[in-house]
Amino acid sequence: MTITKETVEEILWLVSDPEIPVLSIMDMGIVRKIELAEDHVIITITPTYSGCPAMDEISSDIKKKLKNHDIDAKVISVLSPAWTTDWITANGREKLEKYGIAPPLSHTADKRALLDNERIVKCTNCGSTNTVMVSQFGSTACKALFKCEDCLEPFDYFKCL
Amino acid sequence: MTEKENLYQYLLLLGDHVMILGHRLSELCGHGPSLETDIALTNISLDLYGQTRTYFQYAASIKGEDATEDSIAFLRYSNEYRSSLLVEQPNEDFAYVIGRQFLFDSYHLLLLEKLVDSNDENIAAIARKSIKEVRYHLRFSSEWVKRLGDGTQESHDKIQKAIDYLLAYAGELTTSVDLEKEAAKAGYGFDPEQLKETYWQNVKETLAEATLSIPEIDWSHSGGKSGIHSEHFGYILADLQYMQRAYPDMAW
Repeated sequence: MTITKETVEEILWLVSDPEIPVLSIMDMGIVRKIELAEDHVIITITPTYSGCPAMDEISSDIKKKLKNHDIDAKVISVLSPAWTTDWITANGREKLEKYGIAPPLSHTADKRALLDNERIVKCTNCGSTNTVMVSQFGSTACKALFKCEDCLEPFDYFKCL
Repeated sequence: MTEKENLYQYLLLLGDHVMILGHRLSELCGHGPSLETDIALTNISLDLYGQTRTYFQYAASIKGEDATEDSIAFLRYSNEYRSSLLVEQPNEDFAYVIGRQFLFDSYHLLLLEKLVDSNDENIAAIARKSIKEVRYHLRFSSEWVKRLGDGTQESHDKIQKAIDYLLAYAGELTTSVDLEKEAAKAGYGFDPEQLKETYWQNVKETLAEATLSIPEIDWSHSGGKSGIHSEHFGYILADLQYMQRAYPDMAW
């Protein structure tokens, strides 16, 4: 079998972030480069947050899934250019919302939501924007905790980075 | 000091600050005053440890031999750590935790704003990554300084007491030691002395907004950056290094 970038990409779509299992790492924009070498492929990834504990797992999952297709992979992690929430695909944002995590707003709206407590983050349960921030830091480094004042459910908001 | 050794020591200085503060915050895991603040403080700790790893991984590659990020983090003696005395100050109470965090975050953000232009690609990359996280840290700590200062009489008194104590340690952050001056001269680092004015201006502005009085001090405890630490440091190292000292080379 000849390995093409497309086959590798297809396999990478099956690797997910263990903290957000509905999202593929391709949706997250974590995969920066796929290179084909003589007898292996080189995958370049970038962490969402410096301390993201999922990086090691993602890296070994990439190698494992590719190995299942007899492809040897080398995974390199780079810091620059730094990951931004803008790299999450439109499809990824939709999946996030369905999963119960409000997707990041634009940078200026994000500031208004987190700093001025402006009610603009949409509840993932009922769709109301009558929501308040409970904490700037949520269940993982990339999320803030919100509560809906209409349906009273708590939910996560993916912070802009 | 050779140029290579200076770069290595400078990376230790950058990494040690975030590691020791990250350790202090990690002590609060499960002990925060409320669930939200507990999670916030441990999230910040995690960010700081992530940053530490990137500095030490780079430092290990400079050092060569058998150096790894772990040997750099765990196998040095107290006088080889280059963090300022501020970050090793104990948690005492929530006001001390917030005061310490605020005084460090204010400096950290200013420093990273300069390091993003470092002529060393790795340092610039680490700074560009870290700065996004540190903006959230400073937002969190300064909001809390204001809330405590402008809150009840009790919260005001507590944060005032903490600030009065901690301010005597903050000066070391913006007082440069030789290796920082060398790093600045070579272009990969920045001389913190040049941040002094902006630093105090920013700090005083937030403290004033928090209705806190600002003690006038023109001196600072110092020594940490040169490896002379307070008694607290030995206890931190005992906690940090116990496993590696008792079971050399153990790994998860």
